[in-house]
Amino acid sequence: MRATVATPDETTRKPPRVSSRRLTERVFRIRESGIIVVLVLFVAVTVSIQPRFASQQELHFILANTTVFALLALGQTMVVVSRNVDLSVGSVVGLSAYLSASLFGKVHGIPIVVVFLVGLAIGLAVGVANGLMVAIGRVPSLVVTLATLYIVRGIDILIVGGNEVVAQTLPNAFIQIPRAGVYGVPYLAIAVAVVVGLGAYYLRSYRSGRELYAIGSNPEAARLAGIHVGRRVFTAFTVSGAIAGVAGVLWAAQYQTVDSNAGTGYELTVIASVVVGGVAIFGGSGSAVGAAIGALLLQTINSALYVLGISPFWDQAIAGLLLLVAITLDRVISLRLSAALRRRSSGVGT
Amino acid sequence: MSEPSQPRTPPAPGDGRGAALPSLLHRAMRWETGLALVVVAIALFGVAVSPQFLTPSNLFNLGVTSGEVAIMALPMTLIIISGEIDLSVASTLGMSSALLGYLWARHWPMLAIFVMVVLLGAAAGLFNGVMVTRVGLPSLAVTIGTLALYRGIALIILGSNTISNFPAPYSTIGVLGVANTDLPWNVAIFAALAVIFGVVLHATPTGRSIYAMGASPGAALYAGIRVKRIKLLLFVTSGVVCALAGVLWTFRLSTAVQNNGIGLELTVVAIVLLAGVSIFGGKGSIIGVVLAVLAFAGLQDALLLTNFNQEATGIVTGGLLLISVFVPTAGSAVARSREWFRARGRRAPSVIGAGHE
Amino acid sequence: MGADGAAGTGQSGHSGPASSSEPGSSGAGAAPPGPGSPAGPGTPRGPVQPVSQDPAGPLLSLVHAAKSFGAVHAVVDASIDIYGGEAHALVGENGAGKSTVVKMLAGVYQPDAGELLIQGRPAVLAGPAAAQAAGIAVIYQEPTLFPDLTVAENIFMGRQPLLAARRIDRRLMRTEAAALFERLGVHLDPARISRGLSIADQQIVEIAKALSLEARVIVMDEPTAALSAAEVARLFDVVRALRASGAAVLFISHRLEEVFEICQRVTVMRDGRQVLASELAGLTADDLVRAMVGREMPQRTAGERSQPGDEVLRVERLTREGVFTDISLHVRAGEIVALAGLVGSGRSEVARAIFGIDRYAAGTVTVRGKELRRASPAAAMTAGIGYVPEDRRQQGLVMDMSIQQNVALASLARLRQGGFIRSAAERAFATDWAQRLRLKYGRLTDPVSMLSGGNQQKVVLAKWLGRRPALLIVDEPTRGIDIATKADVHELLVRLAGDGVAILMISSELPEVLHMGDRILVMREGRLTAEYSQADASEEKIMSAATGQLERAG
Repeated sequence: MRATVATPDETTRKPPRVSSRRLTERVFRIRESGIIVVLVLFVAVTVSIQPRFASQQELHFILANTTVFALLALGQTMVVVSRNVDLSVGSVVGLSAYLSASLFGKVHGIPIVVVFLVGLAIGLAVGVANGLMVAIGRVPSLVVTLATLYIVRGIDILIVGGNEVVAQTLPNAFIQIPRAGVYGVPYLAIAVAVVVGLGAYYLRSYRSGRELYAIGSNPEAARLAGIHVGRRVFTAFTVSGAIAGVAGVLWAAQYQTVDSNAGTGYELTVIASVVVGGVAIFGGSGSAVGAAIGALLLQTINSALYVLGISPFWDQAIAGLLLLVAITLDRVISLRLSAALRRRSSGVGT
Repeated sequence: MSEPSQPRTPPAPGDGRGAALPSLLHRAMRWETGLALVVVAIALFGVAVSPQFLTPSNLFNLGVTSGEVAIMALPMTLIIISGEIDLSVASTLGMSSALLGYLWARHWPMLAIFVMVVLLGAAAGLFNGVMVTRVGLPSLAVTIGTLALYRGIALIILGSNTISNFPAPYSTIGVLGVANTDLPWNVAIFAALAVIFGVVLHATPTGRSIYAMGASPGAALYAGIRVKRIKLLLFVTSGVVCALAGVLWTFRLSTAVQNNGIGLELTVVAIVLLAGVSIFGGKGSIIGVVLAVLAFAGLQDALLLTNFNQEATGIVTGGLLLISVFVPTAGSAVARSREWFRARGRRAPSVIGAGHE
Repeated sequence: MGADGAAGTGQSGHSGPASSSEPGSSGAGAAPPGPGSPAGPGTPRGPVQPVSQDPAGPLLSLVHAAKSFGAVHAVVDASIDIYGGEAHALVGENGAGKSTVVKMLAGVYQPDAGELLIQGRPAVLAGPAAAQAAGIAVIYQEPTLFPDLTVAENIFMGRQPLLAARRIDRRLMRTEAAALFERLGVHLDPARISRGLSIADQQIVEIAKALSLEARVIVMDEPTAALSAAEVARLFDVVRALRASGAAVLFISHRLEEVFEICQRVTVMRDGRQVLASELAGLTADDLVRAMVGREMPQRTAGERSQPGDEVLRVERLTREGVFTDISLHVRAGEIVALAGLVGSGRSEVARAIFGIDRYAAGTVTVRGKELRRASPAAAMTAGIGYVPEDRRQQGLVMDMSIQQNVALASLARLRQGGFIRSAAERAFATDWAQRLRLKYGRLTDPVSMLSGGNQQKVVLAKWLGRRPALLIVDEPTRGIDIATKADVHELLVRLAGDGVAILMISSELPEVLHMGDRILVMREGRLTAEYSQADASEEKIMSAATGQLERAG
């Protein structure tokens, strides 16, 4: 039998605040479906102006391009929700793309799997370095990954020199990876979608994944709660690096010509995707799925502009604008939400 | 809460730690001293690499190449000390360069062009500032967005065109010094701005307020400091200065092209961090920035003379950056790991009540 | 972490007394189901046993503990015995050492001398995690939750229940959270995000977390400070439920009537020592106060004050929705108006609104006859208002800056000549005020973080006094300050009043309020409920007005 408690008077007892939960859930669903709505609208408008856009070819192109960024978005999400940032991903993509793809030319008949593993290893190495410095050194990740961005890019330039990997050296099976598909959907895109889904599931349903959110939501409370902050952050960076390494190999398969500029500037595109996709820049909330959709949105805009004959120069401006709109909306929504929640807050009469 | 929550560690006189713990000034001086040594080391390295290193003509080139980055580092320093960041600096540079080329191609008089470019820079900074102070968004996110937006606008303005027919005396900025001396225009402007920013930061109430708001936003607010107004001003200043840098860059290269300055923002941030400015705000000095600029420029130039792949000097920048952040935290990291080992050594106490794992 | 673990421990000898005076408390029976059940099945829940005769001894004790920080002796000789099933009050003035005792129990500090005993055996708590593992949970006044995560996740972070393949079982997590809330007799939706929860609700979440950790000793540090009357009642029900389950609650509070309502035993601390440890039955509030203060409260001599002069501050019908309503008050030159009330009654908010940090929706503030622009601290300062905030470290001082720079921070414009700060003038200014306030420091260029709390407060005062304000608002002027400096600050405020400064003083310390205030205003839940002159006022009257008992009685 439970220990009974003197019953509080009826006036102080109110029904459970289901409405508060519904309110927040509604808002968050709005956020994530918001970008889907924007995406759909964008596509609809583009198709109505230029029906050519609604072709399997176009779809395939967009999806193939998105795979790299969606993967990067997954890794970046893990890092950002813990209130960190990984600026080195672009350089890792570049280095990995070159080193892995050039293997085909150097080691004849090398299995494709090995090449992927090499790319993974490169990314892993950088990720481990980042993770160690951020987790143990307690140095802000902005600074650390800024430095590794430089260092890795520099190494890439040194190694590449003036060379480049040319399409001819790459085996057909490799090049087909982003090209094989059905009804305009590359198999690779499906695979990446599955990976992103798994990643999002991990973040949502596994203790260590939730701890990343906790760390980003309130780092001090996380420490007090006994969470191994260093370990989790280290893992996040390691995974982000490893993913970037694999993404680099895919990049090579997609674009085939790899010089020392590969991947330049990707880190900012990925961060923009992630923020547009609903991940808070200071951590604590957001999903990898949303981030991947953000990546898809940005790539779609790219292609749509091209198809519409709008100068591709609008790309950057629109991406920037989108990011600004997204964070402004988020801020306005969260202000309204906290105010509403505060008003409904206590179940006890105030 | 009845009592202060942190353990206080005021050293009593004679407890071995001494009453003279370094004040903010002393701490800063230690960093600048180390940095000065680095500059000297780099100078020696340069001379070792090439006897021409310290010649006026080489120093001239050194100044010219790094001038714009140095100039942009000055307002960036104030912004970071105040607790914010501006990643749109290079894009503002590009945007102003594009506008310059665009208007010149349409035969605007140069003076009018200068005015327009400055206005554009101010507008860019104003937008950043309003988003941060009025809308309340984190400057990191905002300026990542405007980094893309402004670069995009640069692209829209100029497209794929390249404008290069700038007249003397503008086009010789990269070649002739001020009044035909060996002092490059870039360096002269940097020096003048460094003095101005240095004085503002270190000797005026506004400068003191900037340190306060970075170190303790709450205390600054409660002391009546107009935090929002000052931050807005800082962003506008950054925009104007970067627009100016864009003009210099364009004339130096004698080319207005859309990708002018791409990627420079990270170099600027790296220099500022190297200068001992804390990314968290509240600490740093202009002297440090000047030294960091010298170190960076000197290193770039020395490496150039060794035929080190110019574009790979990023390795060195990155390495310097890492060293600059690890040196101060090294001491505390060692202390923390010692504490960690010590705590591990203690046995867990007996458990009260119900079973625990 | 199952309940079955209880069998082998000292728990079986522990009769887990239910609360002594509760009607309807459960008799012996099966243990309550659900997670974190502290007693295994079959543990007798016998009828009332006076706690001090508990054969198993105290769950947790400190024996002659001491703790110093550099030259500051926070705790000199503290002993406390906490038995299971009791609510034990820890009282004392600010600076008596209560917080330090709590931190030693929580594993944040280790005692320099003396012992910590867990169930009679000496133990060392290396850190908060160790204390948690030992079954000690502390609910601080400022709960630290994860705002972006749900309530259930906040409770179970790191220990979420698992399904196959180590996936989190969200449904079970929600159910278990709901069960915890049910045990506590409260209603909170476990699936809601914790951002936006009131402080009262956040506390409940923290308590639920403590329960889920199977905490046997739950320390509550000033838990009622920010709660409304109804929320306090709910909290007390929770405390009774905890006691009934055999856990111990250590209740730190300034509010003596609450202590008498909910606790069975009390430990009084004064100047770092335990001066009284006893059952509450048979004691009166006066006894406690006398033990806390150690002396008769000094009555202020009427001759210390001059006649108040012209009106300096007039506040008319100031309102901020949900925070305070219809506040009207005035302060005259040379007058000290004390604003009393429980924490959370809105006093600091009113002060902040007057000073311009916060906005207000309606009403006016007039300083020396001129209406003051709202939401502009700069305007308030120009009008002659100085504000010494509640939170010294975050709002009063820039901890990284030197003493000199802090003292000068509000007067930069005046120390300026031709646009530059004259450092000689700054130094002279700081030296002058440091001397006037009898500040103890090494060098003016030392960082202010090196000073003791009392001296830090003097720096904050110096900063504002340097502007020669017409009105000085001080929020909790002597919080966290040692006794000697406290007297200094009081003397200073009285002297200022004598010089014609109008002073609005917010304080939660009744002796201070009574000692210092020419007039005493009381706020409760955002409204002014009473005003007393110095002659009329008494602790009971103020507390009644602050807690609303006046209304209940009348």
